[in-house]
Amino acid sequence: MKYRLEIMRQKDSTSEPYLQCIDYETDDCNTAVSTALSQINNNGNYKDINGNIVSHISWECSCLQKKCGACAMVINSKPRLACDTKLSECNINGVVKIEPLKKFPVVSDLTVDRSIMFENLKAINAWLSSEYRSDDKTNNTAYISSRCLQCGCCLEVCPNFYAGSEFFGTSVLAPMSRVITLSENEDLKAASKLYKKNYYSGCGKSLACKDVCPAKIDVDDLLVNSNAAAVWRIGFGKKKR
Amino acid sequence: MESVNIIGAGLAGLSAAITLAQNGIKCNLFSLQPSERAQSVLAEGGINGALNTMGEDDCTENHYNDTMKGGVYLADPNAVDSLTQNAPDIIRMLQSIGVPFNTKDNEIVLRNFGGQKKKRTAYARSSTGKIIMNAMIDECRKYEKKGLVNRCSHHELIKLLIKNKKCFGVRIKDTYTGVINDYYGTVIAACGGMNGFFPEMITGTTQNSGEAAALMFSQGVEFSNLEMLQFHPTTIGIPNKRCLVTEAARGEGGRLFIERNGEKWYFMEEKYPELKNLMPRDVVSREMFFVRRMEDCSGEVYLDMTGLSEDVWQNKLSDLREEIIHYLGKDPKVLPIPVHEGIHYFMGGINTDERHSTNIKYLYAAGECTSQYHGANRLGGNSMLGAIYGGKRAALSVIEDNGFNEHPVFDMEICDDTPARYSVIIKIRDILLSSMGIVRNEQTLANAHSELSNFAAGEKLSEREKRRVSLAIAMITSAEQRKESRGAHYREDYPETDDKYKKIIVSAFKDGEVLTEFRQIPQRRVQK
Ligand SMILES: Cc1cc2nc3c(=O)[nH]c(=O)nc-3n(C[C@H](O)[C@H](O)[C@H](O)COP(=O)(O)OP(=O)(O)OC[C@H]3O[C@@H](n4cnc5c(N)ncnc54)[C@H](O)[C@@H]3O)c2cc1C
Ligand code: SF4
Ligand code: SF4
Ligand code: FES
Repeated sequence: MKYRLEIMRQKDSTSEPYLQCIDYETDDCNTAVSTALSQINNNGNYKDINGNIVSHISWECSCLQKKCGACAMVINSKPRLACDTKLSECNINGVVKIEPLKKFPVVSDLTVDRSIMFENLKAINAWLSSEYRSDDKTNNTAYISSRCLQCGCCLEVCPNFYAGSEFFGTSVLAPMSRVITLSENEDLKAASKLYKKNYYSGCGKSLACKDVCPAKIDVDDLLVNSNAAAVWRIGFGKKKR
Repeated sequence: MESVNIIGAGLAGLSAAITLAQNGIKCNLFSLQPSERAQSVLAEGGINGALNTMGEDDCTENHYNDTMKGGVYLADPNAVDSLTQNAPDIIRMLQSIGVPFNTKDNEIVLRNFGGQKKKRTAYARSSTGKIIMNAMIDECRKYEKKGLVNRCSHHELIKLLIKNKKCFGVRIKDTYTGVINDYYGTVIAACGGMNGFFPEMITGTTQNSGEAAALMFSQGVEFSNLEMLQFHPTTIGIPNKRCLVTEAARGEGGRLFIERNGEKWYFMEEKYPELKNLMPRDVVSREMFFVRRMEDCSGEVYLDMTGLSEDVWQNKLSDLREEIIHYLGKDPKVLPIPVHEGIHYFMGGINTDERHSTNIKYLYAAGECTSQYHGANRLGGNSMLGAIYGGKRAALSVIEDNGFNEHPVFDMEICDDTPARYSVIIKIRDILLSSMGIVRNEQTLANAHSELSNFAAGEKLSEREKRRVSLAIAMITSAEQRKESRGAHYREDYPETDDKYKKIIVSAFKDGEVLTEFRQIPQRRVQK
């Protein structure tokens, strides 16, 4: 099967972006976008449809099995993990358009600088202020919220998030859910305050973020739990020991 | 004290950073990508420690014995001693920073893992690494906000600042801007395994390119046990890599079989009635290799998990099941799945003593990039432990030794920094694979050695490529030197373990040449 890859290229953070089209052939219906990108780079002799050699395409990857969030990019208009997106499934009439995530500054080609996500986690104090053990009751929420990849897909589709806004988006909801679930008393109060300011009050609850989350984090569930504990102060916030 | 420079932000790097911060010492935490993307997040099955919560009368001495035996007595006994004695505290520490280990009646439950007679592996379903990393990252963030940890992802180690066998700092490149800077201060290397020597054949991340190891080797840092590559018995092929089927699958009751004369033959159970499918990884991988070669056996080896209970699938291996269905289109609850050995772990690495010092003063190392804990074969669940405990131990040694007061200034000379070509990386990989597989012999090793030397002599190689060749030659030379079989190193021409070789092989790069020598392993100190 032949695919037309339309890749948004950009030499560095200050240069103009342009679209480069490459015809890519594979018989394997499991070939992922990550495989195509690696192959084009490793081969070094691919030409675009105008006959120009394709220079090294910059993109990030690490685990290649949808467990690290490195390879998030926009594929046919949807934020996805390149290693978890098969060409055979994502193409539209054979065309696969590959762009960098748009809510972050481009470093080069498909590599973006997601530092703001980590800065936001720092700003919202995403850590346990005292020692807290999870137990039979809190384990499940703590587990689910620990699975967030910090990939940024949720931010891409969120109508209310932009870099620099006071609203931090679902990539802080997951880590904060663990903190809120496990914390007590003054620690819980402090965490709740920041949670309300930087997440709860800005979220429109459309759940667009849930649909795109590659880790399939149950945003509903975390929202209900965290709101109950942080905003309404009920439920597992008051643990019985 | 100047800020300490940590290279690598996986479990070992984070653990070192947290320990330094707890002692009020600042550090720079450099990594190619954020911690969330480090290989440590891939760990699945669990972390070992003799917590003795399962009523099996376990103790740290048992853990010590299993670890030494699993590594066929090549590990440093004093290092393993502190590792195993501290393991229960490490797991309790993790619990206290909110790691949701599987619990029953609010007490941590432990599972069986390979090479261990007692249940000793704490876990969070089948994503233990990810869940532990999440808590460690949050903990580290606390110190980041206090200004004690300076987290620098997208930063690559370009050079160690070494003079007269002392390391005064690191030269680091910001890969986003290309800007290069020197950072003076003691260094802890925590840069993970040498995955990048085996692209597409490994279960780990592409991020651990092996560049850091090759660089340090070329700068005179000694490495040991480089012949010891761990092949994990149960992996499946997915695009561009091998995907691990965690040992927990067998720990929870999965069974290996091959078809022999038309019937299922559970060969591990027949051959090893005590530990059965849970023999150490080197043994299982080798047996799989051998049974596939038998004339009356046919096809692949299969992992049969159809007998596992609903509870196991739901609460202990949920992520694994989803993963297998995703990649193989087969539900392991219903059908056995074909499995194959894959390169999984590097027991060898930077030669460190029990304090995590290297042969270069002010350079320490921890985590998978080092070699002291696992000897000739690592037990599952011991490496996260080794990374977390090792990072902590290295940081404590740094504090004890208290760094240096003055340092020479290093010139910013222009050096060849072109990336290694993929074709060269693959050439080196293929030569290594041709000789360093599960079964090895004199002839193929000698052939590989000369092929690699000829290749290096006949090509115009960049600096990065040359360094790779040197480290690869050290791997092959170590395998040639060890004329016995031990752990992961199996020589069909010397199938027995020979006490004469109960020594580590240390490799060093001096004046353009790779040198290797055998060194004694320290004696275990008398227990109080
Ligand atoms: C699939 C899989 C499952 C596993 N399951 C288990 C398990 O169940 N139990 C267990 O105990 N172990 C398990 N392991 C092994 C264990 O995960 C690792 O050995 C351990 O996490 C290594 O931690 P580390 O901190 O040493 O290195 P890593 O987590 O690999 O981190 C290395 C760091 O070094 C950085 N780095 C590398 N090169 C450079 C450079 N040139 N410049 C700057 N930075 C650099 C990287 O960016 C990264 O931050 C598993 C491994 C895999 C692959
Ligand atoms: S629910 Fe809507 S507003 Fe809230 S984080 Fe998700 S996408 Fe954004
Ligand atoms: S919540 Fe999901 S989409 Fe958002 S960063 Fe985490 S894993 Fe990615
Ligand atoms: S490379 Fe890790 S999620 Fe794609």
